[in-house]
Amino acid sequence: MPVLKDITLGQYFPGTSVVHRLDPRVKIILVVSYIAALFLAKGLYGYALSLCYLALAAAVSGIKPIQLVRGLRPMLFIVIFTAVLNILYIPGEHELFTVFSLSVTLEGVTTAIYMIMRLFMLVTCTFLLTYTTSPIMLTAAIEKLLAPFKLLRLPVHELAMMMTIALRMVPTLIEETDKIMSAQKARGADFESGNILKRAKALVPLLVPLFVSSFRRADELAVAMECRCYHGGAGRTKMKQLRVTAPDFAVAVPSLLYFAGCVTVGRLL
Amino acid sequence: MDKGGEALLKTEKLTHIYGKGTPFERTAIKDVDFEVHSGEIMGVIGHTGSGKSTLAQHLNALLKPASGRVLLNGEDIWRGEKKVSSVRFAVGLVFQYPEYQLFEETVYKDIAFGVKNSGVPEKDIESAVYSAMDFVHLDKSVAAKSPFELSGGQKRRVAIAGVIAMMPKVLVLDEPTAGLDPKGRREILSHIRAYRDATGASVVLITHSMDEIARLSDRVTVINRGEIALGGSVREVFSREDSLTRIGLRAPVVSRVLRRLHAMGIDVDCGACTVEQAIAELKRVAGDARA
Repeated sequence: MPVLKDITLGQYFPGTSVVHRLDPRVKIILVVSYIAALFLAKGLYGYALSLCYLALAAAVSGIKPIQLVRGLRPMLFIVIFTAVLNILYIPGEHELFTVFSLSVTLEGVTTAIYMIMRLFMLVTCTFLLTYTTSPIMLTAAIEKLLAPFKLLRLPVHELAMMMTIALRMVPTLIEETDKIMSAQKARGADFESGNILKRAKALVPLLVPLFVSSFRRADELAVAMECRCYHGGAGRTKMKQLRVTAPDFAVAVPSLLYFAGCVTVGRLL
Repeated sequence: MDKGGEALLKTEKLTHIYGKGTPFERTAIKDVDFEVHSGEIMGVIGHTGSGKSTLAQHLNALLKPASGRVLLNGEDIWRGEKKVSSVRFAVGLVFQYPEYQLFEETVYKDIAFGVKNSGVPEKDIESAVYSAMDFVHLDKSVAAKSPFELSGGQKRRVAIAGVIAMMPKVLVLDEPTAGLDPKGRREILSHIRAYRDATGASVVLITHSMDEIARLSDRVTVINRGEIALGGSVREVFSREDSLTRIGLRAPVVSRVLRRLHAMGIDVDCGACTVEQAIAELKRVAGDARA
């Protein structure tokens, strides 16, 4: 099922690189600041510097570039769509040519290129986060980072638990989808041909069993959690405590400075 | 081992690799040569993760071989893309826990799903569905019910009927009795045999129960870590106890008892592998002794 194998969301590639070992909270903060920097950065140099950082992080993590690129594939449509809109609708002084009375300008093309780069880097850096951080670490970190909001009565623990469960279920659901799809194909179901309407109809034999089994799984999980006396976050301790140590600072501080550099360089030059 | 004549379904040097090019790459089956003749029940046995299910999905073109070929009636099923769907109707595959694939509003519609897809004329669908229900001993009154109201065992039978209704020439069942009680197991196995006897179709029965194989199959293939470890008639395979033990499988209790008796100097034929055969054999020996 090539379509399903492309979904790498929430997938984790275990490893022992520096990127893997970094405190997950630090990683999240870095990813958020990196994304902020991407939006603030201007001009070729800003983007080039951001790309260098990403390439370095990817190289250090030991994640194969092909994996990162594979994760981008589902994005392709959105990227092309926005790029085309940008090219056609951005007004500018240097007109290159016209299509259906819409003028394509140099400014439009450069904006589109920057936009593609920005989107790719944005998605790649979040993929790098999920590839190198186990879902459990990730949600533990989110829970910690959101802890201040507990004062506002935000059910932080419950949200984190829901995320953990959702992320944990992604591969299971993919596997299940794969299995049901094969089973229906064995009965001659055709998911690949026909027009949109026909294809949507063909999904019924897939979606109904998938829903049924998701509810069943949720039910089983709830029972299993109750059997182990789960009653929400109050008074719960963690088996693995998160600690920010010297190496975390050693990565975080230069990274943040670098991001600041990415933002300013475009404005200065 | 070969009964002569061309095999109905055959694999040649079949190899499958999961997750090629990712860190999770794993060779599931390697150089598997496997043959099913017309009208026979072929048992496939092996541990969990030995590649049995992977092999099953190759038999009806759900998976594409990394290398090697799958031949149906002597023709490569991957030659010419169009044929793939026809292969799926000729080789019916019942998955593990097939009850999870049910989706229609009524049992009737669910069983008819495969038949409709196979392009059978509208007027013949009804008879195909009811005869399939007959094979698995589902009462006609169930046809109008929702499959989700049924018991686990009944759902399983509906799912199997959904494949039988397509009248496949080869019926492949991946652990059809998993999770059923002993009575349910016996019934499912007898339905499978009934289908073979009535239609002359071949059956590939994948299981990890030696007793099921002993009761039902004509020939056995033992698969271990993705490779064929042993193959032959039930009698031949079960007589090679040391080879079976080496891969962590055991011959059925009955064969082991007979073997022990033989070792004690009693002249029994160790080939019997079902309780009935063993009783007959012991009676014969007892009769000989008395005479």
